[in-house]
Amino acid sequence: MSDHHDDEHAHEHDRPLSGPALRAKALESLLVEKGLVDPKALDELIDTYETKVGPRNGARIVARAWVDPAYKKRLLEDATAAIAEFGFIGRQGEDMVVLENTPEVRNVVVCTLCSCYPWPVLGLPPVWYKSAPYRSRAVIDPRGVLKELGSEVPENVEVRVWDSTAELRYLVLPERPEGTEGWSEDELAAIVTRDAMIGVARVKLPRRSKR
Amino acid sequence: MNSVHDMGGMHGMGRVEIEKNEPVFHSGWEARVHALNLACGYHRKWNIDVGRHSRERIPPAEYLAATYYEKWLRGLEMLLIENGLVTAKELQTGRAESKAGGALRASEVTSFLRVRRLARMDDDVPAKFRSGDRVLTHNDHPVGHTRLPRYARGKRGVIDRDHGVFIFPDTHAMTRDKKPQHCYSVRFAARELWGHQASARDSVYLDLWDDHLDPA
Repeated sequence: MSDHHDDEHAHEHDRPLSGPALRAKALESLLVEKGLVDPKALDELIDTYETKVGPRNGARIVARAWVDPAYKKRLLEDATAAIAEFGFIGRQGEDMVVLENTPEVRNVVVCTLCSCYPWPVLGLPPVWYKSAPYRSRAVIDPRGVLKELGSEVPENVEVRVWDSTAELRYLVLPERPEGTEGWSEDELAAIVTRDAMIGVARVKLPRRSKR
Repeated sequence: MNSVHDMGGMHGMGRVEIEKNEPVFHSGWEARVHALNLACGYHRKWNIDVGRHSRERIPPAEYLAATYYEKWLRGLEMLLIENGLVTAKELQTGRAESKAGGALRASEVTSFLRVRRLARMDDDVPAKFRSGDRVLTHNDHPVGHTRLPRYARGKRGVIDRDHGVFIFPDTHAMTRDKKPQHCYSVRFAARELWGHQASARDSVYLDLWDDHLDPA
C-alpha cells in the first residue's frame, strides 16, 4: 500500500464524507444492520486484494516458463492447470489462456465491454485498463495505443488483440529479454511487469542492470 | 444492448494514461465498494452476467461520467433492490425494516475466493464448428445483454479454437437460462472489422458462442 493511499484514508476521517463515499458508507451500514454483510469479512476481502493477490503472481508464472521448457509447454497447452500448480486459482481466473509473444507476434488483451481481467495472476485491473480510452481504442488502433505507451510495434510484426468477451482470462507470456542468460527464476520474475503481461509493454532490462 | 459500455472502436475518448505506482484502491470507499460487491454476491441472488447487465443499464451520460467504482456502487444498489435483498425504501432511508442474515464471515473469505465459479459446463452438447471453420456473426441488436459487441456483428471470421461448453451469458443475464453451448475463440482480420486503415497483418480475437455464429 502506498503513502498516497494512507493519506486518502486519513483525509476521509478528517472531513465529512460526500458523494460516493457517503453513499457507500450508508449502503454498508444498511447491509450490516440487515445482517447481509459482516464488516470484518469486508476488511478481509480488501486485505486479500491489497496485499496477497497481484502481478507478482503472474511474474512468477512467466519466469518459470522462461527457465523451464516443460513448464512452458504445459502452460501453453493448459494454462489453468499449469497456473494452479502455483496455487493461483479462484475468482476471475477460473479458465485461463496464455498467449505467447514471439519476434513475429505481439498479443494485447482488452475487455471492450466491461473490465474482465485475470485476478489470481494480476490482481485487480489498473484504472487505465478499465478506462474508455483503452477499451475503445485497443481493438481499432492497437498500434497507435502501443506507440503512445512507448512500445511501438514494427510493421512486419503481427498484432493480435484479444477481447475478453467470455469467462476465459488471458495472460500474455512476454519475450524474455536478451542479456538475461543465466539469471535465476527470482531475478527474472523481478523484471516482469504487469503491463507486459497485459501486452502493452515489453519486458526490459532495468537501467544499470547489473545483477 | 447498444449502450456506451460497448466501447470497442469508438473515437474521441482520449489518450491512455498509465498511472505510475498506482494503488490497488484510490480511496477507502472504493475498497469498501469492491468488497461489498463480493460479499453481496455470496448470497447468490444473481449471477455474474446479471451483475454486468446492471452496470450496462446505467444511463449512458452517467456511465461515462462515473468512475469505475461509482458504476459498481450504482450497479450493486440496482442488484440489491431488483433481487429482493434490500427495498428501495430501505436504501432511501438507510434504515433496515427487516433482518436477514447469512452473511459471509471473515473466516470464510479465503475459501470463498478460491472457489472456482465455473462458467464451463459438463453438458454433452455437440459443437457446431471446428477449428478452421469460417463463420459469419449474427447482425442482431438485442435490447438485453449480449457479449457480441457491435463492432463484430455481421462480420466474417475463422474459428481459432473451441474452448468447450460454457454458460451462454446473453440468456443467463436476462432469464437465468444457462443454455449451455460451445464457446470459441474466433479470429477476425483487422481489415474485416475496420477496413483499410487497419494493418493487413493484424487481427482481433473474440470469444463467441454457437448462438452468435452461422457458417460462412
